[in-house]
Amino acid sequence: MAEMRYREALNLALREEMEADEKVFIMGEDIGVFQGAFKVTAGLLEEFGERRVRDTPISENTIVGMGVGSAMAGLRPVVELMTINFALLALDQIVNSAASIRYMFGAQVKVPLVIRMPQGAGHQLGPTHSHCFEALYLHIPGLLVAAPSTAADARGLLKAAIRDDNPVIFIEHETLYGRRGEVNGDEPMRFGEAAVRREGADVTIIGISRMAETALKGAELLSSEHKIEAEVIDPRTLRPLDLDKMIESVKKTNRVVVVEEGWPHGGVGANIAALIQEHAFDYLDAPVGRVTGADVPMPYSKPLEQAAFPHEEHVVQAAIATFRDV
Amino acid sequence: MATEDATRKRSPEDTGIETTTHDLPDSETCQRIIEKMLLIRRFEERAGEMYAKAKIGGFLHLCIGEEATIVGATQALRDTDYLMSTYREHGQALARGTSANSVMAELFGRVDGCSGGRGGSMHLFDFERRFLGGYGIVGGNLPLAAGVALASDYEGTDDATLCMFGDGATNQGTFGETMNFARLWSLPIVFMVVNNQFGMGTALERHSAETNLSNKAAGYGVPGMRCDGMDVLDTHATVSEALEIARTAREPQLVEAVTYRYRGHSMADPEEYRTKDEVEAWRPRDPVETFPRRVLDEGVLDKKTIEQLGREAMKTIDDCVEFADSSPFPDLASLYDNVYVIGEQVRAPWYSTDSRSPDTHRGEEERDAGDIARELAEAGAAHEDETEPDIREARSHGEGG
Repeated sequence: MAEMRYREALNLALREEMEADEKVFIMGEDIGVFQGAFKVTAGLLEEFGERRVRDTPISENTIVGMGVGSAMAGLRPVVELMTINFALLALDQIVNSAASIRYMFGAQVKVPLVIRMPQGAGHQLGPTHSHCFEALYLHIPGLLVAAPSTAADARGLLKAAIRDDNPVIFIEHETLYGRRGEVNGDEPMRFGEAAVRREGADVTIIGISRMAETALKGAELLSSEHKIEAEVIDPRTLRPLDLDKMIESVKKTNRVVVVEEGWPHGGVGANIAALIQEHAFDYLDAPVGRVTGADVPMPYSKPLEQAAFPHEEHVVQAAIATFRDV
Repeated sequence: MATEDATRKRSPEDTGIETTTHDLPDSETCQRIIEKMLLIRRFEERAGEMYAKAKIGGFLHLCIGEEATIVGATQALRDTDYLMSTYREHGQALARGTSANSVMAELFGRVDGCSGGRGGSMHLFDFERRFLGGYGIVGGNLPLAAGVALASDYEGTDDATLCMFGDGATNQGTFGETMNFARLWSLPIVFMVVNNQFGMGTALERHSAETNLSNKAAGYGVPGMRCDGMDVLDTHATVSEALEIARTAREPQLVEAVTYRYRGHSMADPEEYRTKDEVEAWRPRDPVETFPRRVLDEGVLDKKTIEQLGREAMKTIDDCVEFADSSPFPDLASLYDNVYVIGEQVRAPWYSTDSRSPDTHRGEEERDAGDIARELAEAGAAHEDETEPDIREARSHGEGG
């Protein structure tokens, strides 16, 4: 049992999987000598050398493409893209190659590739470094998508991602890198298993990525100030998605709010809301609530930025709204 | 749109490529070259006919004229080397040894196609023969090929990768990015630009500021060579030399094969961007004519043998069309197969990762929609022609593939 930061948990997962399998190697911008823009890869170059820890030029689309090619030829690359906004330059290789190759070539090859990328607002990095794009990757068949919110999940899911034979989009959160948490055991976790962060019988709150944390804070406020006991669920992975656990909770609470940092239209919440009404319509006592980031490019100025992504107060408001007009 | 300056006449002489005369190889090698070039030519001609008969859907890009480039280059590879191409890759697959049956079946969208009917003309693949695909995105295969070369290097093998793409791809960002990577990491890879003079309908000198494409990677430290892509022996010699350097010295190379495509970009190309004179000016270089003639003239093979090779190629093509036509369409129940590798994280088919209602989305097999889809598939393009006559017409004017 150990307490460590989210970034250290990721680092540990990389180290363990590289030790376990010679075919695992990592590449990305400034991951070696610089030790990672967010220090996730600290110490790995020294430990594993330049063959397995590769600093790349700033060429996102080609970095990912080379990851795909090397995976097709039998390696297990873990690629780091410095931010999720930079990953947009690699969408061609992510969609047209990574996600499609196995299918379009009649299953002759697999693409065991992990693409790590951090997302999220709150650091005044403005409109090209702060967005949340879980929904973009959720959209694409052929990809697995993880968005861990705790140190334990970061480690367990990254280990699972590296060992899996499918391409995985592994979404980290810049605000979470410094968070501490208990990390136990050394087994990989399972994708498609949501975590119940707090039990409650009155309303279900589903929080994605860093918003799992915000949802939990909102739940505490609901309890202390409004005597509403919320159940908080963190899906942890979006593909596969543990819909069963959410439905089970909704059957108990009859109310649900989905909280995400990304944009509202075509968002993760929109998808989950659609699934819940398809599968549990008769159990709902109110429309599915959504809390999302503001529908704007992320502004730089601190008060504007803070206003543009959800906080616990928004969660409280949305949860209370599910009790009105019933 | 045909305009005065959009039509062009650029003869072989204008390319600056020098013709050379390499000694003919032994009779067995000459025979193999002729076999492969004839197979590709006859295959492409027949594929064009099958497209016109609506046996083949989508876009169809034929490599007629580029046979010497394809055969010369692929003959320089070892069996363990990797080949990656762009679309217009039927010839590469055939030259690498993929059967005409499985290539034609893929064009027909049948279950026996080399990609199981999922890829079509632009996405042929044969892992066993280390032919790692055609790709539909211009320039998209360069990073992938560099990744394959990285894997060879990482594993300490002496396998090399040959990555072929068109002149238009040299304008993509991935071209420069990949050249830089390849040189920086000393990858065993040869990049080969098949300069057929056009990026779709835009002539070389209208799409590339540098028309000697072998120069375009020099700034990244990747030296270039040019070869006469209408001369199978010159192409073979040049690519062999480049592969040797890439393999042993770990210095990536760029080879420009100067060639010409006699047909349009795809079957839907009205060819308003070039003159008939230009096409005619390239006719005397047709490798499928010139090479067998020289082999005959120099007495390496006799006329009877060469004619026999022609008959065999035709027989293979007749057979492959029959094979493709009798191969079934993929079972509609297999629609979701192989989107994912089933394993620890994905334990059931596709819908288990999406979690949408399987009743709705698996229904293609079980409900009415399935029958309609199957009927459409079986009716094929005949159905399309009868009910939506505008589709093929629209393609010929507005296609982008």
